[in-house]
Amino acid sequence: MNQELTRRDFLRTSGLLIVSLGARSMVGPLGARQGPFDTHPSPVDPSKLDSWLAIASDGTVSAYTGKCDLGQGMLTVQTQLVAEELCVPLDRVKLIQCDTSITPDQGTTSGSQSTPTNFNARNLAQAAATAREALIAMAGEKLGLSADGLTAENGIVRAANGHAISYAELIGGKHFELAVNPRASRRVANEWKVLGKPIPSVDRVALVTGAFEFVHNVQVPGMVHGRVVRPPEMGATVASVDEKSVEHIPGVIQVVVRKNFVGVVAEKQWQAAKAAKTLKITWNPGPGLPPQESFYEEMRKQTSRDVMLVNSADVDAKLKGAARVLKATYCYPYQAHGSIGSSCAIAEVRADQATIWSPTQSVYPTQHGIATLTGLPPESVRLIFVRGSGCYGLNAADTVSYDAALLSQDARRPVRVQLTRQDEFLSENYGSACVIEQQVGVDASGAIIAWDCASWSVSLGGRPGYDRPGSVITGMLAGFEPERITPRAAVEPTGELRNGSNAVPSYVLGCIGGKCGGAGSIRSERIVMRAVESPFFTGPLRSPLRLQNTFAHECFMDEISAHVKADPVAYRLQHLSETRISDVLKGAAQKANWEARWSPKPGNARTGVVSGRGVASVAYEGDNGYAALVAEVEVDQANGQVQPKRFVCALDCGPVSNPDGLRNQIEGGILQGTSRALTEEISWDDRKVTSIDWRTYHTLSLGFEVPVIECVLIDRPAAKSTGAGETAITLAAAAIGNAIFDATSARIREVPFTPERVKAALAARSAASAS
Amino acid sequence: MSAISLKVNGRVHDVNVDPETPLLYVLSDELQLRGPKFGCGLGQCGACTVLIQGRAVRSCVIQVSTVKDQEVTSLEGIGTPERPNTLQQAFIDEGAAQCGFCLSGVILTAKALLDQNPKASDRQIREAMRGILCRCFAHSRMMRAIRRFQERGK
Repeated sequence: MNQELTRRDFLRTSGLLIVSLGARSMVGPLGARQGPFDTHPSPVDPSKLDSWLAIASDGTVSAYTGKCDLGQGMLTVQTQLVAEELCVPLDRVKLIQCDTSITPDQGTTSGSQSTPTNFNARNLAQAAATAREALIAMAGEKLGLSADGLTAENGIVRAANGHAISYAELIGGKHFELAVNPRASRRVANEWKVLGKPIPSVDRVALVTGAFEFVHNVQVPGMVHGRVVRPPEMGATVASVDEKSVEHIPGVIQVVVRKNFVGVVAEKQWQAAKAAKTLKITWNPGPGLPPQESFYEEMRKQTSRDVMLVNSADVDAKLKGAARVLKATYCYPYQAHGSIGSSCAIAEVRADQATIWSPTQSVYPTQHGIATLTGLPPESVRLIFVRGSGCYGLNAADTVSYDAALLSQDARRPVRVQLTRQDEFLSENYGSACVIEQQVGVDASGAIIAWDCASWSVSLGGRPGYDRPGSVITGMLAGFEPERITPRAAVEPTGELRNGSNAVPSYVLGCIGGKCGGAGSIRSERIVMRAVESPFFTGPLRSPLRLQNTFAHECFMDEISAHVKADPVAYRLQHLSETRISDVLKGAAQKANWEARWSPKPGNARTGVVSGRGVASVAYEGDNGYAALVAEVEVDQANGQVQPKRFVCALDCGPVSNPDGLRNQIEGGILQGTSRALTEEISWDDRKVTSIDWRTYHTLSLGFEVPVIECVLIDRPAAKSTGAGETAITLAAAAIGNAIFDATSARIREVPFTPERVKAALAARSAASAS
Repeated sequence: MSAISLKVNGRVHDVNVDPETPLLYVLSDELQLRGPKFGCGLGQCGACTVLIQGRAVRSCVIQVSTVKDQEVTSLEGIGTPERPNTLQQAFIDEGAAQCGFCLSGVILTAKALLDQNPKASDRQIREAMRGILCRCFAHSRMMRAIRRFQERGK
């Protein structure tokens, strides 16, 4: 397939444009890189305005983005952004997302970076602003007037004398042939007309009526169905495959074996399912797995790759001189993305080119991964993003795209693959298990004078990027090496404070070489991250490491404040220097009618149902959003059940681009965080993962008694946009854990807070008070 | 393979499939319906839910041959983008979705319950929704939408 034709066809069939914007015509200077992203040269030159948007002869606008909607509303807010900056009505904008032939390479849609990427002074926003200024200038020329006196509104440029000319008349169906102007003036947030409004998500009606096309619904002419057969245990390898064992099953087209990758292709999905189940494979066993019971101890015995994030070099001395030293260790399990729909992709691989319809978060890197797997040059592989089930990070979207490509290449047919539920659980890159060791010194007044923290995480594979297909399971099975941990001793930090994993607590000053980047006031700190090799594939899961580290910091802060008999909100404020995190704390406390006192709550009985409250706050990734969360819970001390009753969340993400979308993210994030805090944990035996469905991996269903959730949105129109999709979830486990302590005086330092673990903590409390 | 006749969303469809095929595969692959979706294939999550004679059923675990002449209704069968059903409208009004993959289970399970028992209590609604999963956790809005629909019915 010729990509130029493809794009032209695409535009024709989309009914929006009649112009030809052949991808090849957009090839810019070799090596053109876009902004701060680690991306490769793409056929779409991001420095050119025509790469970002086009106005058709009927005035409709097509805008091209490399940040796709994964179910969190990016389609809606980016549409709002284009409408706002270009000054056209919302319904005139059609956003085209993530397609390697036609959209700019913006790397991966992840890490709460889509809004900062496209809303701040670059990329999509800057392109739309450039177009608006260009249209006003063109209108001035046509009307013989100075551009200064002209205004743009609703796709029309107007002059004070009443003359007007539409965008369609000015540019409809033609290229701008301009560079994106990094200095084009942006619409001011307090004059926004489309942004900042609670615009209903644009996909809502189609979703609710079953009309929305997910990747699962894509139909390609001649399409057949594939199933994969994963190794029965970690590290097992193929000894032999008996292809004859499925010959009798009607519809079977092909058995595909590529090293340890095995799959079947059949005319119909049910036939493929039957064949996958029937296929006789002899496996060589894997090396076995470390015992789960002692895994947190084992983790800390491995040689690790250490990164010292900040070290004031006086921590040991300060701890020695402290009035009191407090220590605690927190543990966090492997967790799954557990997308509600198992991952699905469709691939059409031919001898000289391939097209993949994929729910991947990273079309360009996946294009390269599939090129490596199939042996095709990357420019002959086209990745088209089609939305899948919510992924929350690196679920099996990339690996199923690889699955489809391998099966299609051998079967020489377009192949659709949807994983089984079990394969989904066995194919994804889990969120990392963590152990976080904390130690602080407090002075005679109760203030923290030194903070010492080491946090261990586990790692194997991860996002495959452009050149590591082995970092997800299919690539590894097909013979490629995953990214592994190379042990390395920590070196003294230099440069700016980096807090992308929130390993550094918000309460430290964070000075490196005299330059301080923290949100707090504690002057002595030593923070080290240690990564060790994981027996399972790991990868980003919503708020990766930030959630685990914040759980430990915010619970520990609560322990310290209880120890020195200080109110947890006031005690946090005492140790903060950054006003934006202080403001969210105050905002949440005020809305929650927070009663200033120390924990635990006085007067609670040691039996029956008791209630308590807890708080947590975070400067997400150091400076990518600020949030505070108050949780009110009930604990049934007879059975260990924890029932959250109310959450109050205050959030600051700079200018609020869509308050309804933001509330939806906060509400969902808090409840997803609650599910992860209360129920979710990957389990395994000595050979294999045993969390393989919804009976063995637990989640809170719609039958869960939903707590009241109140949001305080702190709008900062003059500030830069930050992420907002991962901030609230980061706080849920800590706020709930702290509320359990407030209610029961039992501290639980290990997620999830299952009834068994709560009961054990309650029993330990009785034992402690009896001794 | 056998010829099977199915009544789906008010129309009769003739398909030629293995009679053991789960109903879901027939609805999505043969009839190309987008509403019912494969989530687990085990009847544990609800994403594949359809109504059969008004009852909410997991189409991933029932064989197509057992449906016979019973009326099957999918999410797209109770309303359209132009004319959504009142329960669908309540979900639209409340913005009760994120990725939206789970909606067949959420909406059709609630519909089956409330059609049968319009005055169902909160506890009864929660009981009915116990086997339905939403991993974006749009729970608050979904429960609000269900109650909004209930209020409108009064």
